[in-house]
Amino acid sequence: MKVLVPVKRVIDYNVKVRVKAGGSGVDLANVKMSMNPFDEIAVEEAIRLKEAGKAEEIIAVSVGVKQAQETLRTALAMGADRAILIVAADDVHTDIEPLAVAKLLKAVIDEEQPGIVLCGKQAIDNDMNATGQMLAALTGWAQATFASKLEIDGDSANVTREVDGGLQTIKVKMPAIVTVDLRLNEPRYASLPNIMKAKKKPLDEKTAADYGVEVAPRLEIVSTAEPEARAAGIIVGSVDELVEKLKEAGAV
Amino acid sequence: MSGSARETIEYDVVIAGAGPAGLSAAVRLKQLDSSLDVVVLEKGSEVGAHILSGAVLDPSGLEALIPDWKEKGAPLNVPVTSDKFYMLGEAGQIRVPGFPMPPLMNNHGNYIVSMANVCRWMAEQAEELGVEVFPGMACSELVYDENGGVKGVVAGEFGKEADGTPGPAYEPGMELHGKYVFLSEGVRGSLAKEVIAKYDLSKGKEPQKFGIGMKEIWEIDPDKHNEGEVTHTMGWPLGGNAGGGSFIYHLENNQVYVGFVVHLNYKNPHLFPYMEFQRFKHHPMVAELLEGGKRVAYGARAISEGGYQSMPKMVAPGVALLGCSVGMVNVPRIKGNHNAMLSGKAAAEAAFDAIKVERSGDELTAYEDDVRGGAIGKDLKKVRNVKPMWSKWGMLPSLALGGLDMWTNTLGFSLFGTMKHGKTDAAATEEASKHKVIDYPKPDGKLSFDRLTNVSFAMTNHEESQPSHLQLGDDKLPISVNLPKYGEPAQRYCPAGVYEVVEEDGSDPRFVINFQNCVHCKTCDIKDPSQNINWVTPQGGDGPNYPNM
Ligand SMILES: Cc1cc2nc3c(=O)[nH]c(=O)nc-3n(C[C@H](O)[C@H](O)[C@H](O)COP(=O)(O)OP(=O)(O)OC[C@H]3O[C@@H](n4cnc5c(N)ncnc54)[C@H](O)[C@@H]3O)c2cc1C
Ligand code: SF4
Repeated sequence: MKVLVPVKRVIDYNVKVRVKAGGSGVDLANVKMSMNPFDEIAVEEAIRLKEAGKAEEIIAVSVGVKQAQETLRTALAMGADRAILIVAADDVHTDIEPLAVAKLLKAVIDEEQPGIVLCGKQAIDNDMNATGQMLAALTGWAQATFASKLEIDGDSANVTREVDGGLQTIKVKMPAIVTVDLRLNEPRYASLPNIMKAKKKPLDEKTAADYGVEVAPRLEIVSTAEPEARAAGIIVGSVDELVEKLKEAGAV
Repeated sequence: MSGSARETIEYDVVIAGAGPAGLSAAVRLKQLDSSLDVVVLEKGSEVGAHILSGAVLDPSGLEALIPDWKEKGAPLNVPVTSDKFYMLGEAGQIRVPGFPMPPLMNNHGNYIVSMANVCRWMAEQAEELGVEVFPGMACSELVYDENGGVKGVVAGEFGKEADGTPGPAYEPGMELHGKYVFLSEGVRGSLAKEVIAKYDLSKGKEPQKFGIGMKEIWEIDPDKHNEGEVTHTMGWPLGGNAGGGSFIYHLENNQVYVGFVVHLNYKNPHLFPYMEFQRFKHHPMVAELLEGGKRVAYGARAISEGGYQSMPKMVAPGVALLGCSVGMVNVPRIKGNHNAMLSGKAAAEAAFDAIKVERSGDELTAYEDDVRGGAIGKDLKKVRNVKPMWSKWGMLPSLALGGLDMWTNTLGFSLFGTMKHGKTDAAATEEASKHKVIDYPKPDGKLSFDRLTNVSFAMTNHEESQPSHLQLGDDKLPISVNLPKYGEPAQRYCPAGVYEVVEEDGSDPRFVINFQNCVHCKTCDIKDPSQNINWVTPQGGDGPNYPNM
């Protein structure tokens, strides 16, 4: 079985996100980028499937700017076997929308015929939480979202999902699209020897046009704003003072 | 972890640290012989993530290394257009006119740059030439050969538990062996420190001296922005408490670098360098500029200030120290990047000559001769007395005398010979009881910020489950000696608020190290009066994530 893992290059989770002057979007110039953390979990799960003998080949795919190559190299260093880069934008500020990404992934699926697709549940930059679901709709495959546990059992998969207030386990027929949640696993480090070896693993470069997919945005970003700065807190000396202050603030 | 579990790989030259020095060496080696195997290891999550400099770049180093840097798109976009120097008083300032300033200080032909971006560009150049560059890989140990010479480094060890034992995701890392190992770790390199001690390389030299440099990037009102403008100040708020001063550089995109350097030989342990910096921004001249603007990033890094007389011997068997791991900053010009680049070039040339005749693992004496006798030595020798004068007579009178000395030095002699620095910065610290406590105004959250808020703008992070990379020789000493004697100055000199003395009701004070906040400036390793703190590398990729610092 082949496993397909889409990975996205996003602003690093350590970085303080800053809105561009004018509010047209987030400033990505000079900013550290890395693999979407949920996608790292997906890559890790794919490697574990392979290590457990349930998968033969792991293909990582990224859609975006040319620099997403680095993200794919990380996936290869972690343990993916080969990678496909679909260049769909020149400007690092261009975000390819989920529908276009899903269409491109559908085209890759048609070529590669994987048995399962492991996606991150969402990308931490735009938090869309849509690509996996759209891909399921386009392929007509079963979908299991927010996976915190995955067991492959013959031609079906048991997926435990994190739902409001608890867990739900569902059984889906393969091939399937699974989107992964935070608690599924702890991704491994890309080790130095593996990073060196990853330089020699195959990385195919394509463009969106090669697949005949239109990637122009359909959504218009009206504005982007930073959260209001929090007002400084005060330390109160006693319960009476607390009540007093709350009254002043109109909270009680 | 025993070495046997580690894979080993052989290179011609192994370079620890992707700053201007290390990257220049890598580029030069491949220019001389494209068949050489050269690797650069960098502890930052990407090249540039740990680079913090001013920076006004004197392009002479780059010019010598990559003469067609302009065509190749080097990010030197903002020529210096004006250069001002002020002595600040609390409410006003006196502009010191340019004419008494010696020609050495002129910034004509220099560029305001982000050295982080310059390094990112240099890494691309190096990779195009075939250098292997691995960011996110800290060099944590040296590997010695049977004769005690350096033959390599250990890099890429991940996943240790807090007690130092391997955790579930443990990766032992690799041994990278080279015919020569270059340590280009910048100021107070952790491996360089080991090499300097092991081979006693500072013998007969003056102690190395340092400053702590703190820096913020601001986005300001376009009406107040003046691309290419360079301003330096001395005086308020440090006054007589410490030497140092500020820099304000207007780069592109309405951004301004605001930085503040405090010389670490200050005596009063109550001094709080970070708060001096914050207070400085309230000077009317600075406040006017920043008001309505936004602080975008914050960081700190020590700067070497010992100059010519403090440079240790820079070669030992199999290893050479480059750039600020030696200490090549021209102090009155606060410039070290050009010399870092020239040193990388010189080391590469010496290694190339040696490897060509099948030498390896010996001392690259030709490199050291080149540094001392060539352009770097010339640059540093002229200004060698400025720093000792500051220490001896204070900054104001020295300005005049230092200026005179630099003038005469440009004519080829000095009235003062070569002055000594005397004590190390750690030993310069005096007892708390001898000095007044300094009262600092509370940050207002607009121009000035509390330390922890600012540290979040260094975007630093450390895997919490690993051992602390700030090692105490004696873990009782901060409370038993430093606290009563010096008021434990670590609470104040650390620009990231890593060290705390926690006194809960009724219980004895405890020394707490929040190593996750560390921004890798190395000040604690330098300034602890008891020399009880040893900075070692945390796992690769940890530490600050600086943007265009
Ligand atoms: C506040 C401030 C302002 C300055 N202003 C100017 C200026 O305007 N102009 C100027 O020319 N100079 C200036 N300097 C000086 C200049 O920045 C230094 O001289 C220069 O950075 C030295 O270059 P380097 O390559 O030796 O070291 P660095 O630039 O410090 O680079 C060292 C690199 O090695 C990495 N490293 C360290 N240890 C390890 C390890 N064990 N394993 C892996 N990687 C490691 C670090 O992360 C870093 O990336 C300033 C310095 C400061 C602090
Ligand atoms: S702990 Fe030391 S190296 Fe880290 S930020 Fe503080 S003073 Fe600098």
